[in-house]
Amino acid sequence: MLASLVGFLGDFDLAEEAAQEAFAVAAERWPRDGVPANPGAWLTVTARNRAIDRIRRERTLAEKARQLEVPETTMDELDDTVIEDERLELIFTCCHPALALEAQVGLTLRALGGLTTEEIARAFLVSEEAMKRRLSRAKAKIKATGIPFAVPAEHLLPDRVDAVLAVVYLIYNEGYSDPSTRIDLAGEAIRLGRVLAALMPDEPEVHGLLALMQIQHARREARFSGDELVLLEDQDQSLWDAEEIAAGRIALERALALRGRGPYVLQAAISSLQAEERIDWIEVAALYGQLAQITHSPVVELNRAVAVAQAGATEQALEIVERLDLDDYQYLQSTRGELLRRLGRTVEARAAYELALKLASSEPERRFLARRIADL
Amino acid sequence: MKYAMLIHEKPGYIQALAEDEQKAVFAEYMALSEDPRARGGAQLQPIETATTVRVQGGQTLTTDGPYADTKEAFGGYYVFEADDLDEAIELAARIPAARLGGAIEVRPLVER
Repeated sequence: MLASLVGFLGDFDLAEEAAQEAFAVAAERWPRDGVPANPGAWLTVTARNRAIDRIRRERTLAEKARQLEVPETTMDELDDTVIEDERLELIFTCCHPALALEAQVGLTLRALGGLTTEEIARAFLVSEEAMKRRLSRAKAKIKATGIPFAVPAEHLLPDRVDAVLAVVYLIYNEGYSDPSTRIDLAGEAIRLGRVLAALMPDEPEVHGLLALMQIQHARREARFSGDELVLLEDQDQSLWDAEEIAAGRIALERALALRGRGPYVLQAAISSLQAEERIDWIEVAALYGQLAQITHSPVVELNRAVAVAQAGATEQALEIVERLDLDDYQYLQSTRGELLRRLGRTVEARAAYELALKLASSEPERRFLARRIADL
Repeated sequence: MKYAMLIHEKPGYIQALAEDEQKAVFAEYMALSEDPRARGGAQLQPIETATTVRVQGGQTLTTDGPYADTKEAFGGYYVFEADDLDEAIELAARIPAARLGGAIEVRPLVER
């Protein structure tokens, strides 16, 4: 509803106010007169009409005149009125790269997720006042700079879809890395992912991201034991949500059928393999290889090395690790330690683990590494 | 809407190019000036010619050099009429300074 109002009015604040007014009218009338046959359309039309009234009252602003040329929809015409779904336009506006990333995230959760400003503030650990300021600055910029309320032109679309997916994945990761008492951001991101998949059914990376989030999310109950992080290989698979994994795999198949081989599709495919009872590490390593070619990320190369080692080629894995320029990365050192240990090079393994211990940032990780060193 | 494209360039970036490349870059600037959406613009003389003026307590203070002491210098601007920010960004991306070590700041003009 908000999407169609923003599209119609070309103004975020006006749309939000009009929506609130429409809900207020409904709260007063529906109990008295009964709920209308098409409540969604009723609310949208009521909100539009309220907004038009308001614009008329404030007609000092000549630029708004064009909106007045639209005839009011009367309640009698309601059944024939098709309320256009403009959520796609809205999400491209919210995730416009000219806006600060945290504002893109906030606007997306507010406008498409339907979260309140207070909820978003709580989720990102800032005060409600600060979040309110951040959102109104962004809305002011949208208006003042002419950020379009439109699906971008064909030649701009790939970059802009990437920007939208990055926002959704950021929301997901925010929830994934800290699944505590805050708002369920991971669940919210998956809901957004489903909306996107419905609105952009031909974009493989959209389905890839949805698949990735669903398959990872399915393992959330198994990722922690108390406060301790549980590694994939030690997770209790009975805690995995089989239904959600299946849903993720359907999205993945869709992405593959669309010939998607982008970073989200590849990561989803890796996650899917890792959700098998017996993991095909050779295939996982091959997929990490493809992902490394696209992203040129040394962290992805490190993951490839781990997969190569799991597939049995410890020496080869160590060679990959030694080539990487990531000396100050804790997981490089702990991986090196593990590989050296497997090769029986205990002295070097200890040195690597001790480096990792020095770099470790969290208490559970330090305890884990200290145990490894003691076991050598 | 009208957008100003403020061109922040790496000083000497055109002189650093080979002669035929310089010609090509000038041609690109000319093409932008002649675009039907162009509403104006100007190229500034190099930063060596800049003088900065401040007034403090009624006193005019004049210093040699540009106002902002940064690696890039403000070198000129265009004004374009565009439907929305996406169109403006596409025009800005065509300004050669943007890919030759500089950056373009896009700002809508106040409409009166």
